[in-house]
Amino acid sequence: MFFNSDVSRRIVGRIKRAGAILALSVTICSGWSGVPAHAASFEDDVALFAARSFADSETAVSHLQVSGNPLAYPIISALKDGRLYADEDSKKVFIKGTDSKIVDAANGQSVATLPDSASPVRLNNRLRRTIDAALGSLTLLSPDVAVRIQAAQSVFKNHEESSLAPLDAALRNETNDTARKALAAARAAVVLFKTDASEADKLDAVATIKARGDQDALALLSGLPGDASPAVTRAATAAMTSIKGNLALWSTVQNAWYGLSLGSVLLLAAIGLAITFGVMGVINMAHGEMVMVGAYTTFVVQETIRTSYPAAFDYSLLIAVPLAFVVAGAIGVSIERTIIRFLYGRPLETLLATWGLSLILQQAVRTIFGPNNREVGNPSWMSGAFDLGQITITYNRLWILCFALTVFVILLAMLRFTRLGLEMRAVTQNRRMAASMGIATSRVDALTFGLGSGIAGVAGVALSQIDNVSPNLGQSYIIDSFMVVVFGGVGNLWGTLIGAFTLGIANKFLEPVAGAVLGKIAILVLIILFIQKRPRGLFALKGRAVDA
Amino acid sequence: MPHILTRSLDRRATIFLAIVATVGVLLPLSNLLLPDTSMLHVPTYLMTLFGKYVCYAVLALSIDLIWGYCGILSLGHGAFFALGGYAMGMYLMRQIGTRGVYADPVLPDFMVFLNWKSLPWYWQGFDMFWFAALMVVLVPGLLAFCFGWLAFRSRVTGVYLSIITQAMTYALLLGFFRNDFGFGGNNGLTDFKDILGFNVQAEGTRAALFALSCLALAISFLICRAVVGSKLGKVLIAIRDAESRTRFLGYRVESYKLFVFTLSACIAGIAGALYVPQVGIINPGEFAPGNSIEAVIWVAVGGRGTLIGAALGAVAVNYAKTVFTSGVLAPYWLFMLGALFVLVTLLLPKGIVGTWNAWRDARQATSLSEDARSAAFEDGAVKPHMAE
Repeated sequence: MFFNSDVSRRIVGRIKRAGAILALSVTICSGWSGVPAHAASFEDDVALFAARSFADSETAVSHLQVSGNPLAYPIISALKDGRLYADEDSKKVFIKGTDSKIVDAANGQSVATLPDSASPVRLNNRLRRTIDAALGSLTLLSPDVAVRIQAAQSVFKNHEESSLAPLDAALRNETNDTARKALAAARAAVVLFKTDASEADKLDAVATIKARGDQDALALLSGLPGDASPAVTRAATAAMTSIKGNLALWSTVQNAWYGLSLGSVLLLAAIGLAITFGVMGVINMAHGEMVMVGAYTTFVVQETIRTSYPAAFDYSLLIAVPLAFVVAGAIGVSIERTIIRFLYGRPLETLLATWGLSLILQQAVRTIFGPNNREVGNPSWMSGAFDLGQITITYNRLWILCFALTVFVILLAMLRFTRLGLEMRAVTQNRRMAASMGIATSRVDALTFGLGSGIAGVAGVALSQIDNVSPNLGQSYIIDSFMVVVFGGVGNLWGTLIGAFTLGIANKFLEPVAGAVLGKIAILVLIILFIQKRPRGLFALKGRAVDA
Repeated sequence: MPHILTRSLDRRATIFLAIVATVGVLLPLSNLLLPDTSMLHVPTYLMTLFGKYVCYAVLALSIDLIWGYCGILSLGHGAFFALGGYAMGMYLMRQIGTRGVYADPVLPDFMVFLNWKSLPWYWQGFDMFWFAALMVVLVPGLLAFCFGWLAFRSRVTGVYLSIITQAMTYALLLGFFRNDFGFGGNNGLTDFKDILGFNVQAEGTRAALFALSCLALAISFLICRAVVGSKLGKVLIAIRDAESRTRFLGYRVESYKLFVFTLSACIAGIAGALYVPQVGIINPGEFAPGNSIEAVIWVAVGGRGTLIGAALGAVAVNYAKTVFTSGVLAPYWLFMLGALFVLVTLLLPKGIVGTWNAWRDARQATSLSEDARSAAFEDGAVKPHMAE
């Protein structure tokens, strides 16, 4: 809202009719001419509310807005809620608090009771608009940084000219960098849309807005009125091009981040599969169910914590990870001992038997926990998000990425530096030779299968944080995990890493172009074609042991 | 031609064919001719149910042909079955005509619902039965040919092949779920009215479809029998048992595999086409990887590399499924199915028929000479040995 001279004349007339002091009208005139400082005191401004005229109230509000007095905000918000009382006789104004305490608006001192002649200050729609704008810019001075940034954001969007003075006031006092940037951008937005601002100021404003460089800045610049000067229009067009380029770059970064996130999920789900497949040549169709077992372990741990030690909820995942590893690993070892070891040399039969196991495990979970989704919560350190440039990164995705990489590194170190790792690599390369060298291959098999299943269980803990925990959890990951293993090749964990991240990123880059489902189909078709070129995956084992 | 089909018929195959023929004739007759009150009257729902089993048996035969005799474990054979079914479903949809909810003479209901203005090009021609029937064989055959050509040429074998066939059916599942694919999306094709001018709901049509399914089973059996009994069949078995050795002996392994894979897909497509008018619906669920793996277990239960066993396994497992999923035992069916997978692979690797053959051969071997052994080998009773 802004004043024009016509309105000002009318208001002046009214003030005179109301018998106000002449000095006040001078004050008001100086206010209209855009000079923030004015001669009248805060008390005089407050007293205007007692004049019982809408125009006077409006004047008072616009003066309070720029006064910088801490009482300005409570007074105006009280006025908005109809809690501001004025006594016409004594020219005193009172705030009735939300707790019904009475405060003298002029000096903030408590008052015992309202005078009988006091009545609420009345509002009309025009005044309400003034109040809203004033409240908006007053929050620019709020002691809370987040509120200040929020207020600057809304000024940036509505670029009301009346916000200029409070913006300047806020900028003078601002100490926080982020808030200063937001305020400067908001000020630039206001200047850009101010009809009487100089061209140099507007060009500066365009530069500031360009530096902001997000979707809002683009919207603001494209909303520029057509009557702007050619230089400003040119600058704005150039800025828009630059912002668009910038946004395209950020959307690439965003896709890459989503891809990394999906890749980390795939890596977690596939890495255990890669180990069992690589070492034993066994396709474990029940692998997805091990993931599910891990997720349900998390559920049980959280339920126990909720009922017994609610304070320890933030540590639930730290407890669930080793527990899930042990539970899923134990199931894995027992499967290997009772079923899979009788099927060595018959990979296709193993595939069928483990499929049967997956049906049994699913149905068992369905019988115990019911067919519906189970609630697994995020601990506080995994909820929320933060901004990086123009993208938002959620903590749970970030933690899962870190977790997946940690698991990968631990496994890699285990394969390289431990005795079991050495034996596993030996069996992968040449089972019979390894046996001849005295390696107990059947023991290695059991431990490998347990390890692969345990890793799947650990993956389940992570996936429970971002996916529904239901009996079908494993099924939704099994085909994707197979694709990762087939793509990456077996016998080399790096293949799994690269396979997982390649598929994750490719998927997320195809999604905006082709849609989620078509993107997925395209990936499947590409893998089927890729297999033609490299039938044993990216990182295939070489040598004659392969076809043995 | 007939002598090629009948050449390798032994006593067991004759008995099998006789049973199929008897059932295929007597069941429809009893349904149509006997009064409802008769003890021997077969109700229509039961006949349709058995018709479904017979279609599954044909699918199982096609899987046995490639898995039992050539060592190709396809976990995506349900895709060929479903494609055949969709081809038939498209014909049936076109036959609805103005009797649909929106009464559009050309467009099926779901297209009107999606605001489509004209028939997509791939729906053209499906108003003619001969065209649809051709597509039933051609579409799965073509897909299998392209897929197999790529896979076998670059020597994708064993579990890798199994996994990418699974990926294939999964990709099709995702695709057919989409509305803009033009196959009815999630709901698939249903609400059929006529087939060749006969009402699909009518008892006479049902009986005819049942008889046709039995005929398809018999013919598929004879074709598979002819293939595995021929010289080509011997090469297939050689590929199954020692693929590299067969290649070094000078056989073009990929051509043999490609032929048998494509043939098998065509048979699966026919099974699907007969299945759809009997159950009255085809939807993307048929592409689910689980369905294909379940079909493999029918073959394993019956005995792979026996053909008869595959058909028996399909009927037996599905009959068990019907019995168990309809009663109080329903929650336990998946336990049983899962246990079936585990126990059959562990304890009964040759399946029911294979074990029976082995037991009888062992008894004969004690009294008879070497000839009996080679005959048994032809029956596939000798323990299949995987190349990997």
